[in-house]
Amino acid sequence: MTLPKDFGFSEEASLLKQTSRDFLQNKLPTEKLHQLVADDPDSFRSPVAKWDRELWREMTALGWSTLSIPDSLGGLGMPAVAVAGLVEETSRAALPSPLMSTLQACFVLAACESEHANTALQKILSGQAATLAITDQFGSWDAQDSGVSATPVSDGYRLNGTAWFVQDAAKADFYIVKAKGDEGIGLFSVDAGAAGLNASPDHIVDLTRDQAHIDFSNVEVADSAVLALPGCGVGAMHVAEPAILTLIAADIVGAGEWQLQTTVEYAKTRVQFDHPLGFFQAVKHPLVDLMLLIDQARALVYTAACAIDHEPRHAEKYARMAKAAACEVAAFGSRKSMQLHGGIGYTWECFVQIYFKRQIHNQMLFGDAAYQRTKLADLIIGTA
Amino acid sequence: MTDSTPQESPDQQTFRKYCREWLQDNLPPAPPVILPQMAIGLMYTEQLDYLVQWQKSAFDAGLVGCDYPRNCGGGGHENYQRIANEEMHKAKTPYFPNVIGLGMAAPTLFYHASDELKQRLLPKLFSAEEIWCQGFSEPGAGSDLASVQTFAEPKPGDDHKWIINGQKVWTSLAHFASWMILLARTDKSDKYNGLSYFVVPIKAALGKGVTVKPLIKASGETGFNEVLFENLEIDDAYRLDEVGKGWQVAMTTLTHERGAGALVMPSAGGQADDDSDSSSISGVGDVLRLARNSYRFGKRAVDDPLIRDQLVKLLIRDEGLSRSMGVHNVDGLREHPSRIPMQGKLAVTELMQDAAALALEIEGASSSLYVADSNAPEKGRWSMGYINSFANTIAAGTSEVQRNILGERVLGMPKSK
Repeated sequence: MTLPKDFGFSEEASLLKQTSRDFLQNKLPTEKLHQLVADDPDSFRSPVAKWDRELWREMTALGWSTLSIPDSLGGLGMPAVAVAGLVEETSRAALPSPLMSTLQACFVLAACESEHANTALQKILSGQAATLAITDQFGSWDAQDSGVSATPVSDGYRLNGTAWFVQDAAKADFYIVKAKGDEGIGLFSVDAGAAGLNASPDHIVDLTRDQAHIDFSNVEVADSAVLALPGCGVGAMHVAEPAILTLIAADIVGAGEWQLQTTVEYAKTRVQFDHPLGFFQAVKHPLVDLMLLIDQARALVYTAACAIDHEPRHAEKYARMAKAAACEVAAFGSRKSMQLHGGIGYTWECFVQIYFKRQIHNQMLFGDAAYQRTKLADLIIGTA
Repeated sequence: MTDSTPQESPDQQTFRKYCREWLQDNLPPAPPVILPQMAIGLMYTEQLDYLVQWQKSAFDAGLVGCDYPRNCGGGGHENYQRIANEEMHKAKTPYFPNVIGLGMAAPTLFYHASDELKQRLLPKLFSAEEIWCQGFSEPGAGSDLASVQTFAEPKPGDDHKWIINGQKVWTSLAHFASWMILLARTDKSDKYNGLSYFVVPIKAALGKGVTVKPLIKASGETGFNEVLFENLEIDDAYRLDEVGKGWQVAMTTLTHERGAGALVMPSAGGQADDDSDSSSISGVGDVLRLARNSYRFGKRAVDDPLIRDQLVKLLIRDEGLSRSMGVHNVDGLREHPSRIPMQGKLAVTELMQDAAALALEIEGASSSLYVADSNAPEKGRWSMGYINSFANTIAAGTSEVQRNILGERVLGMPKSK
């Protein structure tokens, strides 16, 4: 099998990308975003998820959260490349929403290939938001690691332990919990309000997201909420991992383009030494370098997304490449956007800090560049 | 990635099949002499003869100039050259010798020359019967190309002749060339509008106003030259476009030289990576192979975690770069019409340089051995390649100039000095 040269990016996907950009520019311009998420600069304020629920309802009404769900189940059945294009646009707006986590959940649920997973997809189709509770306290993204145990009981499982670094936890209606049973890793659907579940919000750097660690204390999960039986979860996570990585990489690329364009605009207007900043090569050249980094990462995002649908055996390689390349965009773009804005870029009121923090958060999410490259070295070169 | 795709028309698919079959039957024998890494390093007639024969046979078979009109020796097709190039790369053919002709002179002639001149010059350019060189840079005009001082003045009393005096440098292939594309000053009072563009029959004028002297590169190779003009007389029919429009014509040349022009350059030469479904555009795949076969300070290079990380970094850049043209070709993903094509030269040449530098690190102690040493890894390919990689980051607009151009034309920042 080979990848289609246009990445399978249809006219429909193109239209979605353009309309979502317009929609978000209209609904959540950066000034409004700043008012929403940056109303309180106190680092010790209590962690509250700042987001626009009405906007989320409009997005779900447009079907954005169900893009990848097959038509046969009631979704829009669009290719992964269209999903990546949408995530890129929402992140260009630094949108606080459970969209990415819900889209990632859709790929995990699809990979479970179970009737119960289809039931969970129906919840997303009804407008619910989901997120992944798949990480342990050591921050391991590896499929076989979990800080939660699953013990079989008469009509299901009982979960105990803690899931860490759960994204947009306060916005999610239900969690996909990765837990370890005697037979291995399983996946479970748990409602946010389940008895015995306690989500403690983390104080995080990123103003556009919320994050929590979730304690499970004898949380009962019925058989009907078992998405993948213990022993089957690792396989499902491996299938879904390229999509998880591709979407976070798309998120970075979208925010990176905002950082590039905003800093270029500043370099055209801010005058020092009788010239706009962009006249000086010390300012101009790093911005060109950022553009090159973005375009290579972006090409890898679309290649990875395309491979998910057309060449799954190579999807992991491209997705890890995409995330690794995107992390370079996040690191370099954030540094340069703040540095080249000078004194104003270092203030709370400037919009640059919002994207800077989102990108720092994005870098670590699902493994940073060094982590991905270590995996890639084993994958491409072979284990040392 | 390079197989036929649903987007290709039936005619294009037939052409691809034809190319593949022709190449199977007509792949040239191994060269009788060692060839330099790139055509612009050609030094000896034996090297040139072998490659000219190859380019001519590919031209006769319709694999060169496919997208040019029939009346100037082309195939009269649309989007065939890319296909022929892909098949020639996959077949690992030798490269073409007439690279300045194919990459720069041909598109410039196509857009700016009279029909008569096109019909006269292009067929022999495509067949490599006439080799071309480029007379742009001068001792005083490098990155600031528009400051060229080589002067062309009308011959007193003859409106149809020009007299040329001056000096061109870094002129690759001039020692073999029949023709030169020449940027010369026709008006000393206007920097940009005082330039005009000519084609000059330099071989015919050797000893009659033209002197070609070899320059020796940092690598120790010859292959480029300085060319001196002393009262060379040429016909006005060899002028392209109007007097004073030389800078605009030169932009056509440079846009194509940097790979961002509309006409796809006929290009052969195998770099395809057998291990992968995509082909490496920068030689990074070869560096990975080198790492598998190298010992570095007593240990296998491919087991060194820092070398592995460096390799993966380059593999990621290589993959991203080769896929980015695909993004450019999708309407809904294109952010700016020339954003990706104009990056190509900068991104590829810097990646090639980084790849060669990593190859030397991988070789460890053996990176000290140069081409004449029988123990040099891969015949010293990387020691020489690293030095020669600077030809690419300097020629055709240095990396620094490329960053200016991208910052100005794509990102819209003010012009730097």
